[in-house]
Amino acid sequence: MSIRLLRQALNPDSLTPMWRRPPMKDRYEVVIIGGGINGLGMAYYLAKDHGITDVAVLEKRYIGSGGSGRNTTIVRANYLTPEGVRFYDESLKLYENLTEEFDFNIMLSQRGHLTLAHTDASLRTMRWRAEVNQLQGVNSTVIYPDEIQKLVPHMDLSDRPRFPVMGALYHPPGGIVRHDAVVWGYAHGADKRGVHLHQMTEVTGIDVEDNKVVAVQTTRGRIKTGTVVNATAGWSTVIADMVGVKLPIRTHPLQAVVTEPLKPFLDTVVVSGTLHFYLSQSDRGELVMGAGINPYTSYSLDGTLSFIEGLAAHVLELFPSLAKVRLMRQWAGLCDMTPDYSPILGNTPVEGFLVNVGWGTYGFKAGPVAARRVAEFIATNHMPEVIAPFAYDRFYTGKLVGEKGAAAVGH
Amino acid sequence: MFLIDCPNIGPRNASEFRFRGEFVERPPNPEDPASDDAWTDFLYMRENKLGVQKEWWYHRPSGTWFIAERHTKTHEIVRTYLWEDRDE
Repeated sequence: MSIRLLRQALNPDSLTPMWRRPPMKDRYEVVIIGGGINGLGMAYYLAKDHGITDVAVLEKRYIGSGGSGRNTTIVRANYLTPEGVRFYDESLKLYENLTEEFDFNIMLSQRGHLTLAHTDASLRTMRWRAEVNQLQGVNSTVIYPDEIQKLVPHMDLSDRPRFPVMGALYHPPGGIVRHDAVVWGYAHGADKRGVHLHQMTEVTGIDVEDNKVVAVQTTRGRIKTGTVVNATAGWSTVIADMVGVKLPIRTHPLQAVVTEPLKPFLDTVVVSGTLHFYLSQSDRGELVMGAGINPYTSYSLDGTLSFIEGLAAHVLELFPSLAKVRLMRQWAGLCDMTPDYSPILGNTPVEGFLVNVGWGTYGFKAGPVAARRVAEFIATNHMPEVIAPFAYDRFYTGKLVGEKGAAAVGH
Repeated sequence: MFLIDCPNIGPRNASEFRFRGEFVERPPNPEDPASDDAWTDFLYMRENKLGVQKEWWYHRPSGTWFIAERHTKTHEIVRTYLWEDRDE
């Protein structure tokens, strides 16, 4: 093993790329716009589960450069609605097998996930979520400060904070994963089965005839196709605009920070809706922290000082010992927010133009199930039950799937 | 942090304001059941433009609601005005 490493170090040409750079054809059966977890995942499952390999994934920059490379890596299934819980649980179960399936370590660490409750109303909601979770076979319970303290010795559970912790929703199967590895695993798996990945390829237009998609225009040429899937998250409406499809999406930046590496002291994911933060300690010892979306719509990826100020103040409420810790890096990604904080999957009014969007601030944990089930829909033209509630027409029929409380902390 | 020119007060720090969403015209007759789709579009569908967007803002200290035309990537604010002073 070490001989091989030495040989490869001395001769870089002997390294096998994880994905090829094939020439772009002028026609594909399926064109997926967006090279993140959903775009690559759909290509992977189309090839692996359905033998559909005449697929192109078009990514305007490098794969995983959007939300898939910018999230804070948390995975969990502890949602509020029965349909939400079923959906996210299927995803978590897929995550549990991905390292084996990819033969590539995605570093899944199911270390436990705590959603703190600071008020009676919040505790009531946690109990509600626990009950719904348990009915769906998902492990979540309500625990109180004495048990929380054992899991997180450094958290201030006294009466000193402005809103003391009263309890928490404890979800043992929740945890973190190496987000880039998941993207690369899907890319490698799709590529080795014949899918074409085209990076640095931007879509500039989509040709529609008689309300049906016939081709995609890109910065590298025109591709004839009858099936286009929009998996561009924060840029969803820019793409949908090319075919005249309206979307109930507003793009908001979501920022995140990492601290300098610290010795391991936190081995649970901690989330507080009241204090608008989520945090975990990575395998490199860095604290990975996030909060709410920027309050105005924007396509800017800049960090802001007000974000750091707000996040630091809230985290220090519960972890005062972190006051001297230095922040190392700050970044942002674009989130496609929907009115009910649930995704939009499947057909649109334009034939052949599908969407896998509306992932907001809660998309990475759902990548596997969304990719697999939308791929199933594309291949079989039969809408799988687990994703049927997330159809585009729910906004017209009024059947929204309200998951704001369980999906986000920015409220 | 950028500055927003409140039509009542003048340029103030963005932290004094609350973003209140893309400007959308109300459907002409919400009572008419034939306009259900128009009502859904008004409630949910958005242009979400990458470019200069017309949007509502609220200045908290003065209670002023107004419209801003802001570029959604550079955050440059082209102009701000009260609803009654809008172009028809």
